Amino acid sequence: MVTRLEQPRGGFNFDNFQRNVSLEQKGIRIPKPIKTGTTIAAIIYKDGVCLGADTRATSGPIVADKNCAKIHYLAPNIYCCGAGTAADTEFTTALISSQLELHRLTTGRQTRLSTARSMLCQMLFKYQGHVSAALIIGGYDVNGPNLYSVMPHGSVDNVPFMTMGSGSLAAMAVFERSWRKDLERQEAIDLVKDAIDAGIFNDLGSGSNVDINVIEKDKVDIYRNYYKPNERAPKEKVYKFKRGTTPILKESIKDILVITEGVEAMDIS
Amino acid sequence: MDHFSQGNINYPPQPRSDAFSDPTTQTLNPIVVGSSVLAIKYKDGVMLAADTLASFGSLARFRDCERLYRVGDFTVLGASGDISDFQYTTHLLDTLVVEEYYTNDGHVLKPPNIYEYLSRLTYGKRNKFDPLLNSYVIGGFDGGEGFLGYVGHLGTSYQSSTIATGIGAHIAQPILRKVVEGRENTITEEEAIQVLEDCEKILYCRDGRSLNYYQRAKITAQGVEISGPHKVEGDWQYGVKFGKYGNFK
Repeated sequence: MVTRLEQPRGGFNFDNFQRNVSLEQKGIRIPKPIKTGTTIAAIIYKDGVCLGADTRATSGPIVADKNCAKIHYLAPNIYCCGAGTAADTEFTTALISSQLELHRLTTGRQTRLSTARSMLCQMLFKYQGHVSAALIIGGYDVNGPNLYSVMPHGSVDNVPFMTMGSGSLAAMAVFERSWRKDLERQEAIDLVKDAIDAGIFNDLGSGSNVDINVIEKDKVDIYRNYYKPNERAPKEKVYKFKRGTTPILKESIKDILVITEGVEAMDIS
Repeated sequence: MDHFSQGNINYPPQPRSDAFSDPTTQTLNPIVVGSSVLAIKYKDGVMLAADTLASFGSLARFRDCERLYRVGDFTVLGASGDISDFQYTTHLLDTLVVEEYYTNDGHVLKPPNIYEYLSRLTYGKRNKFDPLLNSYVIGGFDGGEGFLGYVGHLGTSYQSSTIATGIGAHIAQPILRKVVEGRENTITEEEAIQVLEDCEKILYCRDGRSLNYYQRAKITAQGVEISGPHKVEGDWQYGVKFGKYGNFK
């Protein structure tokens, strides 16, 4: 029997709309997406870009992951911080990352930030904001260091500094206060760390550690858990029970394996 | 654009509209509103800051509205939220101060008294579904040290060394906490002025309902001093100066 694969039709696909409406009327709720509740921040400094993120992933009021990684790889010279629904940011960046690799093989050139930006914003616009990914793309290409922010509905901004996520106001306040043009590398790292720190301690959706990525011309430094202001205090005592705490009343040992010497013919009937 | 089709259909409360019902006698939604109020404790006492804008939705209607109000000799009340409710409260407090004066028993109304009074008032009114739609900041000097308290529209009240209402709670509070927490007894007046000025500048940049003129109140052992309006320089060259103006470059 031969089945013919149908060519996917272009444009928006509303096939499931009727089904969703009738399901909702029956009382079946669509599961609520898990958001990251995040502070992400990035700046351009003298020689490159510096990206930062907190490491808390929340599922409502519960911390789902105490140390997740929110800075995603897009290209050897481009990284992307993601806020919003964790799955959306993860899969969107992975998809565009592989598309960029194929693009690199076709063009034979280093990926440009504007390519990554265009691919991301066109995809997010296509999904009309239902893909809840708010991204900050930073990298160093032929045009120098660059920073773009991409909103879930597909709008883009080309900016010298940016913050996103629930802790973005706290982090933005730090940037508005202390950002200047042409910061040195360590000053830039300190500024981004302070911004994420403000988010971690003033926003309930953000917490744990600070991840930093520094991208310069032909050089990327990844500082996973650059700053850990929330380390768990070491346990004061050893809480293991001593042997003999539970008294042994009776001991009975049985052999499970029976070992026999010799050769047995294999049954090939 | 129907804003209320999802979520709680009973909020915001709607006026009863049939001919037989009484007119509404409570504030339903805040109409003319003030934005953030910031306050910190410093070495000599406390300092408050609030911009001089009363917005009517997205219209900057009253650009000379004083949201820092002196109560007696040692207290300043700052308010954000509905201005009509603020005016009602200041009227009540005026009456209170006058009553204390003609009682003439040697007692004066101190900051903790004002704080407690407002806390009971707002909580009581909230229980009767007739809330004062304000966030109050009570700053004063009492017993040799500064006093700083917050009272909200639900009757929530607390004291802290840094307070910020409205959008300032999200934007300015992280900065105030970083600069002030732990240093309340060593931070000088110049530093206090600087941090409040920085925050007002940032709020002017990032709050869509703010103004570049603000008032400052200083309460120390010497009493109350309300200064202003001070002007804030806004920097709108973000992007342009940097050569990154415009999209898709």
